[in-house]
Amino acid sequence: MAFKELELNMGPQHPSTHGVLRLKLAVDNEVVLSIEPIIGYLHRGMEKLWENLTYPQIVPLTDRLDYLAAVSNNLAYVLAVEKLMDLEIPKRAQYIRVILAELQRLASHLAAVGFMANDIGAMSVLLYCFQIREGILDIFENYTGGRLTVHGMRIGGVPFDLDEKVTAMIRKTLAGIPEKIRDIEGLLNENRIWKHRTKGIGLISPEDALARGLTGPALRATGVAWDIRKNIPYCSYEDFDFDVPVLKGGDVYDRYIVRMEEMRQSMRIIEQALEKLPPGIFRATVPHSLKIPVGEVFFTIEAPKGELGFYIKSNGTDKPERVKMKSPSFINLQSLELMCKGNLFSDVVGILGSLDIVLGEIDK
Amino acid sequence: MTAQTLLFELLIPVAKIIAVILYPMIMVIVMIWLERRVVAWIQGRVGPNRVGFQGILQPTADALKLFFKEDIIQREADAFLFNISPHLVMFSSLLAFCFVPLGESFRIGGYTLNLWVASSPVGLLLVLGLSAVGVFGIIFGGWASNSKYPLMGALRSVVQVLSYEIPIGLTVLTVVFFSRSIDLVEIVNHQQHGKIWFGFMLPVSFIVFWISGIAETNRAPFDLPEAESELVAGYHTEYSGMKFAYFYIAEYTHMVLVSSLVVILFFGGWLPPFPNARFFSFLHWIPGFVWYLIKIMFFLYVYVWIRATLPRYRFDALIKLAWKWFVPLSMANFFVVVALKYLL
Repeated sequence: MAFKELELNMGPQHPSTHGVLRLKLAVDNEVVLSIEPIIGYLHRGMEKLWENLTYPQIVPLTDRLDYLAAVSNNLAYVLAVEKLMDLEIPKRAQYIRVILAELQRLASHLAAVGFMANDIGAMSVLLYCFQIREGILDIFENYTGGRLTVHGMRIGGVPFDLDEKVTAMIRKTLAGIPEKIRDIEGLLNENRIWKHRTKGIGLISPEDALARGLTGPALRATGVAWDIRKNIPYCSYEDFDFDVPVLKGGDVYDRYIVRMEEMRQSMRIIEQALEKLPPGIFRATVPHSLKIPVGEVFFTIEAPKGELGFYIKSNGTDKPERVKMKSPSFINLQSLELMCKGNLFSDVVGILGSLDIVLGEIDK
Repeated sequence: MTAQTLLFELLIPVAKIIAVILYPMIMVIVMIWLERRVVAWIQGRVGPNRVGFQGILQPTADALKLFFKEDIIQREADAFLFNISPHLVMFSSLLAFCFVPLGESFRIGGYTLNLWVASSPVGLLLVLGLSAVGVFGIIFGGWASNSKYPLMGALRSVVQVLSYEIPIGLTVLTVVFFSRSIDLVEIVNHQQHGKIWFGFMLPVSFIVFWISGIAETNRAPFDLPEAESELVAGYHTEYSGMKFAYFYIAEYTHMVLVSSLVVILFFGGWLPPFPNARFFSFLHWIPGFVWYLIKIMFFLYVYVWIRATLPRYRFDALIKLAWKWFVPLSMANFFVVVALKYLL
């Protein structure tokens, strides 16, 4: 049977396109000749929607962007708003924000590693990851009431103070995680099949990565030490002692290792933040009907998936004139074609998993 | 015609034919249940536990559901091939069970009851041949669907089965060489007379055969023809209803068949452990069929265990494993075994 080039549609209904992504592939037997992502199946018109909502009303909607890292989206948005109104945030609120954001990073990386492993065929790892993630979601549930779309930030601070009960819960959950992470690494790190499926697959050079705006763990796996938490600290990240894991390979394996290492660093940050949690109020006084003076701002944070930025333009009313979002998944998806070309068809799912995209964030 | 001849000439053969269809089916039900429960336990889940005792009737309920589902044939599909291929897969794997001895023959009065339907002097070849016929069903099904994912699944399946047939054939040769027979009953009997089971005598043959067997049944980590994260469901993507169920059941039947072959060829079939040692002679009180079941359940469990643990091979690695490792290894194994046999 001789066919040279086969056009293949992966998605929008496909088990491993992480939602409703459609990939238009051209394959020669198993080798990928070209790949074109087609997006927009989950478009909800978020950015337009926000123009008709007041500033505080927008916060819960940001949950629905990257639904695996809702708190990080909240954080990026409220930080941008606060910068625009030049608001001083109490230290305690900042620390609680760091704790929540790092818990969210843990949850998001666990989901990323789990789905990626599942795409490559190690299906138990997904369940192990979700067991750990479950504990983190329980913390969110106890703190805010929400599990997936948490709405864990308010303009000016956080919704609630971090009481003893939640603190004890966080400590207890964190104590159990390292052992479970070791289990996952024991299943994968030195597994020959896993290494064959990930090492040298989806290669991207640091130059290409920078040229295409790759961010997050995928960028750090190419050898570029760029983590906004370290390079342009926000939200008191400068108070904490943590490392930014950087690897040189630029392949799927290194992206996986970077994520695993970042989870350890996140736990370090949370432990320090709980240790040093300053007393005081957990929310600054913000007027009930929030009107922001004319101006514009662009603010980025290091979300689990990469650099998450919000551009907000205010016209002096209680609603923004324009909110534009720079979502890491959308930017990272640009590198997919470069990574996949010449690889085998089976690797596409692994590479896609290693990019850790969320369609809610891509289509907005 | 007396009642006795009627019994021996008609009723028992008919009962055997029914049994040879029922036995794999029951094993499939147990196997599907076992797989779902064991994988769930490994992954810290509960698994199906509502239908019947501990969920044992769940596969039956699923089959019933599939039975009532609409049978969809695509407009562009080749209807003839599309329709026969699930039957081909099912037929070949069920037919192979006719030649699989399930236990030693025993005497009731003046009649010897054999626990196999057909005894053939070339039983091993027939079983291997029939299990390879099943791949035609996969190829036809994948091609006749006239859809791209099934086609890719079918193409992968061809290459995979072609590659792994060779190590299977070469390793089986070593067993045949020692037992001097390709009759499955004779092979088991030889392991009783000989001091040791072939699995311990020819470990390389056993390992190569077992891994190739997993590859031949399209099971994880070699489940490329139906890799759900890449090919949706592979060759049976377009099938629905009972035709899908046939592919599904055939896959599990094939697993039972390969496990049976491993047990018969390498682990003494229905023989209890240490069949000749006087000290363990009490083990003979347990019927041979039970020993055989215990042994194949062990290998079926290993199937599930592997599936829950390992990631999936990539296509090139799969082919490399067959041609660069297993084919040379099984050839070298054969020559070494032959040389040792004649030198020692």
